[in-house]
Amino acid sequence: METKKIIHTETRKQTITGSEAIIHCLLAEGVDLIYGYPGGAIMPMYDELYKFQDKLQHVLTRHEQGATHAAQGYARATGKVGVAVATSGPGATNLITGIADAQIDSTPMICITGQVASHLLGSDAFQETDIIGISTPVTKWNYQITKASEIPEVLAKAFYIARSGRPGPVLIDITKDAQFGELDYEYKECTHIRSYKPVPEVKEEALEAAAQLINTAKKPMIVWGQGVILGEAEEAFKTFVEKTGIPSAWTILGVSALETDHPLNVGMVGMHGNYAPNVLTNECDLLIAIGMRFDDRVTGSLDTYAKQAKIIHFEIDPAEVNKNVMVDVAVLGNCKESLSKILSKVSPNVHTDWHQQFKDLYQVEYTKIIQHDLVPNKEGLSMGEVLDGINKETQGNAIIVSDVGQHQMVACRYAKFNQTKSNITSGGLGTMGFALPAAIGAKMGRPDREVVAIIGDGGYQMTIQELGTIFQNKVPVKIVVLNNEFLGMVRQWQQLFFDKRYASTEMVNPDFVAIAKGYHIQAQKVTKREELAGAIKEMIACTDSYFLEVCVEKEDNVFPMIPSGASVSDIRLE
Amino acid sequence: MEKKTYTVSIYTENNIGLLNRISAIFQRRHINVESLSASESEIDDVFRWTLVVQVTESQIKKIIGQIERQIEVIKAYYHTDEETIFTESALFKIKSDLLFEERKIQNIIKDSHARIVTVNKQFFVLEKSGMRSEIELLYRELKPFGIMQFVRSGRIAVTKSEMPISQLLKELSKEDEYAFAKA
Repeated sequence: METKKIIHTETRKQTITGSEAIIHCLLAEGVDLIYGYPGGAIMPMYDELYKFQDKLQHVLTRHEQGATHAAQGYARATGKVGVAVATSGPGATNLITGIADAQIDSTPMICITGQVASHLLGSDAFQETDIIGISTPVTKWNYQITKASEIPEVLAKAFYIARSGRPGPVLIDITKDAQFGELDYEYKECTHIRSYKPVPEVKEEALEAAAQLINTAKKPMIVWGQGVILGEAEEAFKTFVEKTGIPSAWTILGVSALETDHPLNVGMVGMHGNYAPNVLTNECDLLIAIGMRFDDRVTGSLDTYAKQAKIIHFEIDPAEVNKNVMVDVAVLGNCKESLSKILSKVSPNVHTDWHQQFKDLYQVEYTKIIQHDLVPNKEGLSMGEVLDGINKETQGNAIIVSDVGQHQMVACRYAKFNQTKSNITSGGLGTMGFALPAAIGAKMGRPDREVVAIIGDGGYQMTIQELGTIFQNKVPVKIVVLNNEFLGMVRQWQQLFFDKRYASTEMVNPDFVAIAKGYHIQAQKVTKREELAGAIKEMIACTDSYFLEVCVEKEDNVFPMIPSGASVSDIRLE
Repeated sequence: MEKKTYTVSIYTENNIGLLNRISAIFQRRHINVESLSASESEIDDVFRWTLVVQVTESQIKKIIGQIERQIEVIKAYYHTDEETIFTESALFKIKSDLLFEERKIQNIIKDSHARIVTVNKQFFVLEKSGMRSEIELLYRELKPFGIMQFVRSGRIAVTKSEMPISQLLKELSKEDEYAFAKA
């Protein structure tokens, strides 16, 4: 994921402070927006941010976790590296959830933390914490800077590592004396690290072997993931799909790489995915995985996952190959390159009968589930009809940012997407509280696009204070809380697998509208079906931020569902 | 799949924090590292780590993949006992009077090919390098006389086959030159 960089002009050698060098490095990497929260050990850097505020916007979030999720939302919506800043100690530890989220979802992010002065390291100084030790398992790379002179080289390396190959979070911890210290500043972009090979070469033999399997398959199926988006391979992917005519299903992080209404898009795989692609995973004769990692929420039981099929894996990270599922052909490399190169080797096909199987099973799912989700025949509102209403207003042009839980699955299942980088959600880590701050980052990164956050009443209250960030910075995001007064997904599991013992899942909620209004955000609450369409229309038409609470049926369940540990083909429709 | 003893050899850059990063890979998977040693390697500026773990082959393959993902790791390999020449080293600290009063001890030392590192009035130190079983045998033999201190090092190992690492590094340094020339 190489992005074009604006090379900052001030690269000539000059003596400046470490904290000023940090700002120059950020500008040299094309950063113009960062999220963070000041504190003792990072104050020298904030002092420089004050001086450079015309070139580098700093957004004060209301919690450091919010800063990381905002940086993630920014990165996911723009493809650029998100940057979050915090002070030492609690400031740094508050970043960890967002860093872990960025690590598991391969999001390019740089976290800069202040640290106590180097002579105090290890002395249990005020707000000292071993953030390098703490963040090691959840970062792609981390480094502690104790001398001002290290700053340019280490930050250049940090950006290169965060954005290259399979992207990920990098944490740079900078002691206070390194920020105060002086250095002869000169910035050189990092393009190579001896021990790091971000993108494996695409091997001709692998392409040949893959093409052979694709050309002889009678029932091939594609499952694509976020790799297509991270590799900016959408065009190559679409061309490949259209030439081969192969039914293509997606993981929740991959979804918007191919438009929802594309005739070869057969829906979502995984625990709450669509019926057809899950069932037919166990009937296809060739499974082509592209930029996805066979997460357990996608595969269900590995013992029964696609055992009948040959498997091809297009993947950038060699450690992902044969990690969960043994494959027949691994095509290592950036999928933009490999998919472009394989195109001339594959023959055109339509797979009409095979597609019919997907259509037939879709019909089963439609009759049993989808029609009731979208047009419920009961009084209470469904989450599905809210998404349907949003689709009607946005025409699939919005960025949908979802949190974690039932509403997330409904949003991923029903939201329509016309363009890439449009579904931003916490996939691997399942971080409640992700959506509100991530939506801030997405909107600030893509002010030209409509950004709608879909959040449950549980997750909303984990980072609700970011309403303050929205208000102060006038970020025109649209916030939809689907309120069922439950931690809905956990309640669903309690109902299905714990004999309806609803342990600590019922929520007594505050007046959400009053809270939003307290932050001077326009707000409305909908409890009846006849109010819904009008409220959504008003929300989307609004040019400022807008909060919409929709009270939905309390005990609706999300179906289809693959019970934990079951096979994809044992997916339940009720 | 059956668990086996694997010797893991990792070539890395020498950076603070890498030990943490590598040990975290094992810790996350609830795997005990039986021994670990680190030193310079045959290549200038390149460090070599030797770890011993008991895991299945499928586990070790995935672990090697995860180790190689780390930015500062140049290359990682795994080998079975049959594929390596390995040794450990141990030190025994024993009361000096025993050396003169117990004739049997002198024989044990002689038969074991252990080396006396130092002798003074209070104690003497024996050093024994070799297979784990040889060191354990010596330990058992000396135990009845009283051992003041005992320590055994981690395994160090070289492979019977050639390590392609030197070639790889040559290629890497060529790339470095190339990158440098480009810049």
